[in-house]
Order: sequence, then structure tokens, then C-alpha cells
Amino acid sequence: MDNVKKVPQRDGYGLGLLELCKTRPDVMVLDADVAASTRTNWVRDQYPDHFYNVGISEQDLVGTAAGMALGGLIPYVSTYGVFLSGRAFDQIRTTVCYNNLKVRFGGAHAGISVGPDGATHQALEDMALARVLPRMTVIAPCDSEETRKAVIAAADIDGPVYFRFGREAVPVVTDENTPFQLGRARLVREGSHCAVFACGAMVYEAMVAAEALAEKGISLRVYDLHTIKPIDQDAIVTAAKECGAIVTAEEHQIHAGLFGAVSEVVVRSCPVPMEAVAVEDTFGQSGPPEALMERYGLTAAGIAAAAERALARKVK
Amino acid sequence: MEQDLRALCRTLRRDILTMIHAAGSGHPGGSLSCVEILAALYFDVMRVDPQTPGDPDRDRFLLSKGHAAPALYSALAERGYFDPALLPTLRQLGSPLQGHPHMESLPGLDCSSGSLGQGLSIANGLALAAKQTGRSYRTYCLLGDGEVQEGQIWEAAMTAAQFKLDNVCAIVDDNGVQLDGPTDEICRVEPLDEKFKAFGWHVIPVDGHDVDALIAAFRQAEAVKGQPTVLIAQCVKGKGVSFMENQCAWHGKAPNAEELAAALAEVEGGVSHG
Repeated sequence: MDNVKKVPQRDGYGLGLLELCKTRPDVMVLDADVAASTRTNWVRDQYPDHFYNVGISEQDLVGTAAGMALGGLIPYVSTYGVFLSGRAFDQIRTTVCYNNLKVRFGGAHAGISVGPDGATHQALEDMALARVLPRMTVIAPCDSEETRKAVIAAADIDGPVYFRFGREAVPVVTDENTPFQLGRARLVREGSHCAVFACGAMVYEAMVAAEALAEKGISLRVYDLHTIKPIDQDAIVTAAKECGAIVTAEEHQIHAGLFGAVSEVVVRSCPVPMEAVAVEDTFGQSGPPEALMERYGLTAAGIAAAAERALARKVK
Repeated sequence: MEQDLRALCRTLRRDILTMIHAAGSGHPGGSLSCVEILAALYFDVMRVDPQTPGDPDRDRFLLSKGHAAPALYSALAERGYFDPALLPTLRQLGSPLQGHPHMESLPGLDCSSGSLGQGLSIANGLALAAKQTGRSYRTYCLLGDGEVQEGQIWEAAMTAAQFKLDNVCAIVDDNGVQLDGPTDEICRVEPLDEKFKAFGWHVIPVDGHDVDALIAAFRQAEAVKGQPTVLIAQCVKGKGVSFMENQCAWHGKAPNAEELAAALAEVEGGVSHG
């Protein structure tokens, strides 16, 4: 798996938007002065009639998109996930979600892998903030290709959608023929001793962890849980029953993100030992992306260790 | 028409006071101050039809100062969007008349509101959608003068000017009083006319309790091209009820039975010290 192709997820976001704008006159793309970072500059350059830049004003960005949705359009608003989900939270909650508007939120530069910009720019709470809102769909695709598919699949969802995607080039683990179904976890690798539910770039790390554990005789099942909400309860309950131990892996705070979402299903339906790979209730810092992932334990080795801890807690 | 609208304004004030009394809570001051503005819009200026509240070509109204919901509910009911018999259910469990407007609960509402500072951005989005889809509707957005302390208003003010949104018309209900006291003493927002001019808007000052002057101002706004227009409407908080006028204590308090009787008597008599 060393020679795997790497592409930034945000490229998939831009490509998805281009495809939509090509055929959908109702799709609009809005940005808050970071078009070159979110790849919405591709839309600006190729489909200028679909593009609006409102300047550095995230609250106005969301409100403007809400008005467009009320006017029958389908706006995709894009900026850094940390500012979108945090600074404009009230606008997202009370104007978009309360009215159930078809606004799509592209949370770029998600996770700690934003790197050198440091903690201010690392969205580590965005899934939590998006997930608690009634009516919101939350998607954290695993690579650029899945991001592209998610952007297109989300166009017709009846209600608001939040995507998160990273800045750095990360392994591409799906292709155009890989099935993608909103709300359904994708089984990446069969296994029987423990199941990993991962999202974002952590899916690849989970695949590497499964390879490593296989050499030790441990069979790790891997799911790409790209849709955090509505969550795939069936897949989680099935994994809990069949594997008896679960690990979650996300580039996000440990609280209220993927670990929280999976735990909520597990405790109600089929309690089994669980471990989490996530940022442990702390802020990030500047550094090279890979060094940061290592520093905060967001690696294949971290997932493998968590799986062994979960296995040790299984009732024999 | 003039006489009819004056009578209508008395009806709206009566409705507002009665429904807030029945609810036991609500915001009489800022509801009474915008009665003439709503009367002018819903009974003259706006191209709307209560029979087709979802018409994509209708003019839109955004009550950004959502706590004036009783005024809007009364205007919508009297305009024929729903049975005025529903008005006394304001703020009751299960009522379509939520404490602050909820679009999905009541026909005729163009958006929900209640968290201040958001309406102008939404108006801009609707106006952009109109231009994008080739529709000719206009969007009207009512702001409170205290509300413009919210920074998002000025983000939206810049956006409206940047995109030359001449189909947006904002109205500031400039009643000079907010929840905790006079606006000048808490966080001065004046001079509103110069601020909006500096942000690229066409500004029309108007007496917010003169329906004819308001209608004329809205007509003037419609003729302005290439920039958004704002009406700075000089209003009196609690207008029409002497003991409520200019009193921040009546920003968010329901009249008791005795106060209601006195208030209704003043409204019927047309007495005002404002």
C-alpha cells in the first residue's frame, strides 16, 4: 500500500461542484474569500454565473445562501470548516436547519492535518457541531473520489448537508466504480475479531492497521463510515454482534464526533468494548501534517493499538 | 385608502395588545412601533396574494426583528392568510403562532426569525436568487435600530451594495429604545443615514407612523436602480399606548387586564402622546 496515489480531498469537492454546475442551473457556489483553498475557484473560472464570493464574512455567507435556498436555488457554501461550523453556528442552526433549507456546507481544511497554520485553523469540532443540529446530514468522505461522489449525491437531499474534507493530499482508496450510498457504511475489509469504523483519511490508516494486525493473526474488519448522520445503525449493530469489539477512528475531537455517534448506537443496541482513535480533548498546534498525525496518534499504529486494547476487554 | 389603513392600524394594535395579554408574555413595544410599516407593506406595497402564499413570484418580507412577531401575525391574519381567531393562541403549546416566527408553522411567513441580525443576509440571498432566476420580486427586510448593533447586518449591508441589489429594501424601525434602555445610552447606532450611505445604500428618511409617507417612500425605493435602499423610519416604541411609549420596560412585558383595558381605550380613542 506504499505506492498508493495521493490527492487532496478538496480536489474532489471542486470536481463535484464542476459536474453539478455543468448540468444544474439551480446549483450555486458561494465562498468567503478562500476560493483558491476550497477549489471553488474552479467554478469561479469555468462557471462564473454560478459563483458568488461574499468576502470574509461567514455569517453573511450562510445567511445569503439561506436566502438563495428560499428562492429555490441549491447553494453550496464553502470556507474553512472551523470558521463555517463555529463562527456561523447560529446562522446554520436557526436560519438553515430550523427552516430545513437545502444549503450544503463545504467544511474545508478539516482535521489537524491542516498543519502549519496551527490550532486556529484546524477544524476538530465541526462534526460535533453539525451533528447535534436537527435535520442536518453530516458526511466525512474518505478520499477525493468519495468527496466528489458525496457532493453530487447531496444535491437532492431534502434539507441541509455538512461535508468535511481535508487540505492535504491523502491516499485515494476508492475509484469511480466504488459504490457510494449516503447513510450506508461501506465495508472495506472483512474481519471477525474487531471492527473499525473510520471516516476521512483515517479509513486508509485503518486499512494499513488491518494489514499489520493480520500478520499477528488478528482479523480486523474495516468500515468507511462516511455518513456520520444519519448513521448506519444496521452496520454498527451487525459489527458489534459479529466482531464483539469496536474501534472508531477520526481526525476530530474525541467527544461528540464519530466516536460519540457510533457509541450512541452501540450502548443502546449491542454493548461491546469500544476504543477510540481521535484528538484527546486538546487543541492542536503548528507542524508538518504527517508529524501532527503522528503526535496526536492519528495513525495506523494508533488504530492497531486501540484494536488490541478493545480485544483485551472482550468477554471471553 | 388612507382612512381604511388608519382603521387597520388600530385593529393591528388591538390585536397585538390582546394577544400578548392572552399569552402572558411577548414584546409589545417593538410590535406597536412597526404597525404602520407592516400595514403599508401588506396592504399596499407588496405584491402578495394570501390565496397563493407559496407563489415564487411574490414579494418577500423578512421580519429580522423577530420579536415583533405579534405585529406580523396580526397583519397576516387581517390580510387573510389565516383566521384571526388563531391570534389568541400566540405562544401556546402547539400553536402555529410561535413566540418568534416559524416559517413551517404558519402560511404567509417567508422565513423564520428570532435570532437578531440575520434577516438582511437572507433578503440579499433571495434578491440574488430573483436575479439568478429572472424573477422580478422584491424583498423587504424590517430591522430594529437596536438590532443593527449585530455585526452581521453590516456584513450584509456591504454584500447588498457589492451586488447592486436594487431589489432589496430594508426598513429600520428606528424607535430609539432597546431591551435595556435608550439605544443612545447602550451602544449608539446613529447616524444611521450616514452609516448606510457610507455602505453604498440609497437612504430615505421617513415618518414611521405616517402610512402615506411610508407608501410613497417604498414607491421611491422601487425606482432606485443599481443600489439597495433603506428606509430610516422614525418610530416610537410602544406607539399608541401612552404608558408604553419610549419605555424599555415594555420591550418584553405583557399588559395585565387593567393595563390592557387602558391600552385598548387609548388605541380606540386614537390618543397618543408619541
